[in-house]
Amino acid sequence: MSADAKRLSLILLFAPFALWISLLIILPHIGMVALSLREKVAPRVYEFGFGNYIDFINEPIYWNTLLRTGSMSLLVTVLALLIGFPVAYYIAKIAGKRSRGALFLMCLIPLWVSDLIRAFGWILLLRETGVVSSVLIWSGMTTEGIEFLYNDVTVVVGLVYTVILFMIVPLVSTLDGMGDDMIEAGYNLGGNTLTVLRRIIIPYAMPGIVAGCIVVFMLTAGSYLTPILLGGKNSSWFTEQIYDQFITRFNWESGAAFGILLLAFTSFVVWLGLRLSGQSLANTVAKT
Amino acid sequence: MRSSIVLPGLVAATALMASTASAETLRLLTWGSYAPEELIQKFEEKYPDITVEVTFSNNEEMIAKLRATGGAGFDLAQPSHDRIYAAQLEYDIYKPLDLSQINTDMMSPVHLEAVKANTTIDGNVYGVPHQWGTTGLMADVTQAPDVNGWEDLCDPAYQGKTSMRLKRTILLATAFSMGEDPFALYSDLDKYQELLDKVADELIACKENIKAYWQGGDDLSAMMLSGEIVAAETWDSTAYKLYDQNQNIVFIPPETGALTWIDTFAIPAKGKADDAAYKWINFVLEPENITIMSASTGAIAAVNGGADLLPEDKKAAVNAAFTQADIDNLKFFANIPPGVEDMEGKTLEKIKAATGG
Repeated sequence: MSADAKRLSLILLFAPFALWISLLIILPHIGMVALSLREKVAPRVYEFGFGNYIDFINEPIYWNTLLRTGSMSLLVTVLALLIGFPVAYYIAKIAGKRSRGALFLMCLIPLWVSDLIRAFGWILLLRETGVVSSVLIWSGMTTEGIEFLYNDVTVVVGLVYTVILFMIVPLVSTLDGMGDDMIEAGYNLGGNTLTVLRRIIIPYAMPGIVAGCIVVFMLTAGSYLTPILLGGKNSSWFTEQIYDQFITRFNWESGAAFGILLLAFTSFVVWLGLRLSGQSLANTVAKT
Repeated sequence: MRSSIVLPGLVAATALMASTASAETLRLLTWGSYAPEELIQKFEEKYPDITVEVTFSNNEEMIAKLRATGGAGFDLAQPSHDRIYAAQLEYDIYKPLDLSQINTDMMSPVHLEAVKANTTIDGNVYGVPHQWGTTGLMADVTQAPDVNGWEDLCDPAYQGKTSMRLKRTILLATAFSMGEDPFALYSDLDKYQELLDKVADELIACKENIKAYWQGGDDLSAMMLSGEIVAAETWDSTAYKLYDQNQNIVFIPPETGALTWIDTFAIPAKGKADDAAYKWINFVLEPENITIMSASTGAIAAVNGGADLLPEDKKAAVNAAFTQADIDNLKFFANIPPGVEDMEGKTLEKIKAATGG
């Protein structure tokens, strides 16, 4: 193949990605940044300024909500890892060749149903006149219906359920590549289960763990439906603030500033997580 | 002022569009239930060259959608009468109406004049009334017999069994129940802020008593019918629908007056089918079509004798709810001056973020 043809095929292959990233990701974000730096001084009159960001800093409700969203997202990420890791390990290492595919498929099936439907599923189960509450009454464990909805625990459970797949998939694919001989060698050299897990399995699975955690954290912090529907009257989620700014208060400028702040905040948390765990994007996410 | 869940309902039959090349499309931006299938079919039979496409929305999203495009994408919108003035002033999203093309003689003068007064800018009228209704209370009288004012939603006797919608309506309602007149303070925004702060304290204290804030007619109906809540803020139309299914659930105009809204017709600035829009407006104002419309919306048409044109079951529900004194006590929403939406939005955020319950 001549050099020109090679170049052409590279350009053709690269073009869809470049178009997607520039038209749908980079351009809108530049627009958002520009919008967030506009201050409204009067109807239809705007001027350049950082007022929207200063408003955010001066209003404890806003940054408290952001911190709350961040810390709950971290909790969801940790829970998803703790629950997802054994599942992924079983699928990748313990299950037989035939059941492996079936198990993996079973993990994927919930993803075929939309987020909204799954959230309503939880509502049907957990509401005061819902399935769980009715079963408890029927079995005599309680006399009055119990409301399981509208609290933080329900939000965390719902979120873990929604995102756990994105933890399991990268973990399975990393663990899949690990030879059984490495684990055997670990035991042969006198290691117990804990040492093997700590010294061999986890370091090997690290790229998958990091990739899964990043995806799960980002998805959780940016989720809208689950916290709103399950959290009810006390669900302060930062995405809801953004929606309110745009839709209820017609304040696109400050909504755009919030959007940028959420992006900056989650990026910072991911960067911090990578630093603290001594990993880098290149040797983790890029490897999975 | 019904369903807040957006579901773009595409009513246009693609085959029909393909066969009539010269067809005009009327893109309607309205409330859930404001474009019943039966009426659309009737309209398309009368005007075979017009197809109707419907997008269901609510006040806030209507403004956001039209603002995003500078008033393009839709040919007829139906915001409430108090939501036109500021939106038009700020974003220029509507075009002036040609009143000579509208059958305004049909409309009840009270509502027509109220809407005109609220939506006239530089001598141009931007809205005419369509349907009106009220926001008040509903209660299951067997469980909550004493509900008659907004503050009763915060009565500890109904702990965890009441609901409200966390939007500006409840701020105004609470202000009235505290003996204030929020509309009178619109002219003095500092005083209005003080009032909002007091209202916020009330509603934060009340939060523990509330089961959940409802979002739209559907989740409110589900909570009420299942008995999970016994009293709630409601649109009268939602309460009437529930009255059909359970006669114990009645609409109660609060003692401080039910808050009255009028949904209007307004034409977006870059609408492309003004003729079709005027045809639709005049079409739904015809008496036999009003009955079909009111059966679907549960609201009363803003025409002369609108209440008489309600379907029989709705008429019974209205008569069960309203006495003449209640009607004399109606409080019409006043125009929202620019800036107030922001103040109210901030107050709502404060209430939502407070960890009371």
